[in-house]
Amino acid sequence: MRDKVSSPAREFWERFTTNRFATAGLVVIAVLFLLSLAAAAVTPYSPDTIDAWHVLLPPSTAHWFGTDELGRDVFTRVVYGARVSLKVGFVAVGIAVVVGTVVGLFAGFYGGWIDSVLMRIVDIMLCFPTFFLILAVIAMLEPSIWYIMVIIGLTGWMGVARLVRAEVLSLKSRDFILAARVLGASDLRIIFRHVLPNALSPVLVSATLGVAGAILTESALSFLGIGVQPPTPSWGNILTSGKDYIEFAWWLSLFPGLAILVTVLSYNLVGEGIRDALDPRRRG
Amino acid sequence: MANYLIKRILMLIPLLLGITLITFTVIHLAPGEPVEMQTAMSPKVSAQSRARLREFYGLDKPLHVQYGKWLGNLSRLDFGRSFAPDNRPVLDKIKERIPITISLNVIALILEFGLALPIGILAAVHRDTLLDRAISVFVFVGFAVPTFWLALLCMYFFGVKLSWLPISGIHSLGSEQLPFFGRVLDLGKHLVLPIAIATFGSLAGLSRYMRSTMIEVLSQDYITTARAKGVKERVVIYRHALKNALLPVITLLGFSLPALIGGSVIFETIFSIPGMGQLFYQGVMARDYPLVMGILVIGACLTLIGNLLADLSYALADPRIRHGKG
Amino acid sequence: MIPLRRLLLLVLLTLTACSQGAPADRAGSRGPGANGSSFVTGSIGEPSTLIPTLATDTSSSDIAGLVYNGLVRYDKNLKLEGDLAESWEVSPDGLQITFHLRRGVKWHDGKDFTSRDVLYTYRVTVDPKTPTAYAEDFKQVQSAQAPDAYTFKVRYAKPFAPALASWGMNILPAHLLEGRDITKSPLARSPIGTGPYIFKEWIPGQRLILEANPNYWEGKPRLSRYVYRIIPDSSTMYMELKAGGVDMMGLSPVQYQRQTNTKEFLARFNKYRYPASAYTYLGYNLRLPMFQDARVRRAITCAINKEEIIQGVLLGMGQIAHGPYKPGTWAYKAKVENDPGYDPARAQALLREAGYVMGADGILTKDGKPLSFTILTNQGNDQRLKAAQIIQMRLKRVGIDVKIRVVEWASFLTNFIDKGKFEAVLLGWTISQDPDLFDVWHSSKTGPKELNFINYKNPELDRLIVEGRGTFDMEKRRDCYYRIQEILAKDQPYTFLYVPDALPVVSSRIKGIEPAPAGIMHNFIKWYVE
Repeated sequence: MRDKVSSPAREFWERFTTNRFATAGLVVIAVLFLLSLAAAAVTPYSPDTIDAWHVLLPPSTAHWFGTDELGRDVFTRVVYGARVSLKVGFVAVGIAVVVGTVVGLFAGFYGGWIDSVLMRIVDIMLCFPTFFLILAVIAMLEPSIWYIMVIIGLTGWMGVARLVRAEVLSLKSRDFILAARVLGASDLRIIFRHVLPNALSPVLVSATLGVAGAILTESALSFLGIGVQPPTPSWGNILTSGKDYIEFAWWLSLFPGLAILVTVLSYNLVGEGIRDALDPRRRG
Repeated sequence: MANYLIKRILMLIPLLLGITLITFTVIHLAPGEPVEMQTAMSPKVSAQSRARLREFYGLDKPLHVQYGKWLGNLSRLDFGRSFAPDNRPVLDKIKERIPITISLNVIALILEFGLALPIGILAAVHRDTLLDRAISVFVFVGFAVPTFWLALLCMYFFGVKLSWLPISGIHSLGSEQLPFFGRVLDLGKHLVLPIAIATFGSLAGLSRYMRSTMIEVLSQDYITTARAKGVKERVVIYRHALKNALLPVITLLGFSLPALIGGSVIFETIFSIPGMGQLFYQGVMARDYPLVMGILVIGACLTLIGNLLADLSYALADPRIRHGKG
Repeated sequence: MIPLRRLLLLVLLTLTACSQGAPADRAGSRGPGANGSSFVTGSIGEPSTLIPTLATDTSSSDIAGLVYNGLVRYDKNLKLEGDLAESWEVSPDGLQITFHLRRGVKWHDGKDFTSRDVLYTYRVTVDPKTPTAYAEDFKQVQSAQAPDAYTFKVRYAKPFAPALASWGMNILPAHLLEGRDITKSPLARSPIGTGPYIFKEWIPGQRLILEANPNYWEGKPRLSRYVYRIIPDSSTMYMELKAGGVDMMGLSPVQYQRQTNTKEFLARFNKYRYPASAYTYLGYNLRLPMFQDARVRRAITCAINKEEIIQGVLLGMGQIAHGPYKPGTWAYKAKVENDPGYDPARAQALLREAGYVMGADGILTKDGKPLSFTILTNQGNDQRLKAAQIIQMRLKRVGIDVKIRVVEWASFLTNFIDKGKFEAVLLGWTISQDPDLFDVWHSSKTGPKELNFINYKNPELDRLIVEGRGTFDMEKRRDCYYRIQEILAKDQPYTFLYVPDALPVVSSRIKGIEPAPAGIMHNFIKWYVE
């Protein structure tokens, strides 16, 4: 069993690593993860220690990325901010993937009126300018990090649902599903044991891209003042706090801005890489 | 075709209902009630007038009755009055803001398609080469850079440092005295940055989609056959493959709209463009419920119309549907 | 320009900024048709209504201040002088004021301004159906009469010291409003006043344009147009200033001190700096047992380093506040004996005295409950948020756990302040020229939607407030207010934090600016372009 699983995986990995951009993206993401996990070890400062007499100092050996408008070390805040931004990305996408997958599975598997109703809901949700919806709900509730993650997740599942449904439809008539049915497997068992694993690969691609999108959405919300709230650092709110000083305290916006840029770019490249590596047309 | 059209339009009804239902639910999620918000800034509002307001907005009724009433008003295009102190009809406020937002988004959309499709084709034809990779990095950078940051950087370089372009707004002071051509030029100058940045940010999705569709078409049998027959590569690509690859892209037109309109909140705020996104943001922050609901419904309907148009043009382009089936 | 009190005071948040018609060498931001003598200013917010009685935001009052006049106004030295009233007499008992109105003043539509307008404005302001925040001062009026077209008499039941200043309220045109519903009047979008500028155009979301009133009683303003641009983002505003798209704005402390000292900038702009008429404070909800103990409040004040806040938030450009008055004004007491200075050791001693013991997690507890609270502040005010973060750090060091929550303004008032659902707030008040404190500090003002929302009740303070507003004798009033400052310093119902400096910057092509105790806008109509 193990061998059977690992050989397509190795094949996938080989194909993935031939794409150097995707590999580079993966390395960046891995480094960011390690950095954010080991935040306390990589910096001698705490992200909240204010030093009113040393605000907006330029980068130096003591402060690699300079200090912010309250004298806090920007490098430290960017590193801790990675935790928050990555958390927002992952939780939001997690929610979107779960909701989208469940909706897509049921719609595709059962078809009929269940499918019609679920897909109409998808159509309706897709009509709303997503950012308007997010903005409205978060402003009406409160801009806590949990709400932000949940709302981004709940407004981002439609693409996943469509992907999964399409995949299910194409799988449904395949032999191994029919066989399972003949053998008397229950619907739920068929869905979760047989259909789901096969539908996962497009979801993985869309999830990777979703993480990138969620990080960007958080930064846009921060720009409007309803993102992750201070003093908790997120890339979005550090960047926002630096926007008034672009020409003079450039370090305050440059580093979080680059962090977002590089991270989102990496996720996109990795997503592309996965898609290409999974694409059956590329085999042989 | 007529059948298809009728069917397509009938399908709009449940979608419209769904849009209003979701909008209504979202707004009623909020803690507190709209009337409290309206009276919050005017301490002298008596209990009696609060009760009047509650009655006026039907807040003393159960939710489904409120929804019904709101829906009834909507069907007469009555979006209610804004809670802002100006107390103007919501529809008036939206009307004066919507043209600029739509024009900007349509221009951005045209540019997006005009640039993303060739880029995508180029990447597909040269797939897995350095050019392909470079293109993908380029379009993804556009997607990945936080728009407000890029906007500020561009404003600083092109507006403050180089003085090539105006910083914000859509007209210069005194532009109304210019001749027509001068006014257009003035408007154009103001829109260069917002449109360029919006377009840059939206290239990724479409160009990648175009690339993969194109790759798929290029691997089809009839292409292989054509190549085997010795048809020139240019002709294969631009005559045979492109025609089939473009078709599914049309349907994407409709879906590009919500993303662009959503992004207008940021653009319009940073560039001081008096459009619907800015109005929505102000409305949300001031908890101007009728305004927020109005814009949500109208924004969603715009997408609906966009989708309908995209589907119809698809139907016109696709012979299978054009000739009656479907 | 308008004596804004009450609610308005709360609305200190809008960072209004100004700017003017761009210098000619800059491309793009202005067309060739732009008039060199128009003045362009920028604002983050858009006015809500241009009927000043109904408005409570600074954008609306920026415009109203140029379109309308009051009967009286403050001159550049903050002394009351006649505006629409040429002169006035106060009866010997201090209960009656007789205003003699200026003759020949015309509304912008050409009608004469008369006492009927004043009477109407008074009546509509106290009308319970009018949703206004300014009725309070006028409820003290016992009777108001207009014996002839140019005389207006008002009588008070008891001496009321702020009476005269309250008539700085903008006077509305009776001939356009009387007998109609003021909340539905078209004047909200196109006002008609008596002021130095005539309303010309309001392009929603873009700008408002006013034009100099050629018949203004003080003479036509020298800047022919006043353009009020709506620029929602503060960074954009600063770029517009530098590119010449706006001629005036309020700088942030960082911009003032670190970004604008280049030769190039100083050649193109003049910077000004003077104390603003406002203070920022940390207020405690005194309904909560935790804050009912004055020792706790004093301890918090001791634990906060106000110098550090002024340094961090204002880069040193502000003054420590220890009471509700602006340093240097006549009611301000420079040396307050009871004022607790920065002294963390004393803070800890006071908290021990109050029964708190240090828990294992570094947080003080009493009866098993940790000493922990949330500071609420409003969204959109960067300085308050920074101050809250500095306070959070300082209080943590003495064992108090502080959380910060930023809430959007409308919701701030409705869901938290009005319902008394808050622990501590970080807010600001503007300081009105008259030192009367009734609205914010009197115990009768603790009801819903009233301004003593922290529920401070001190009979002695009540007595002093009433005594202070009930006499015209400056010496007596001053004594009352000195005493009040001592009581507030001892009680610490607020921790008064700082009085910031106003930091306006104006393009150097604008001449005729005379900084004075009232700031720079007092002689706006005399500004000109060379």
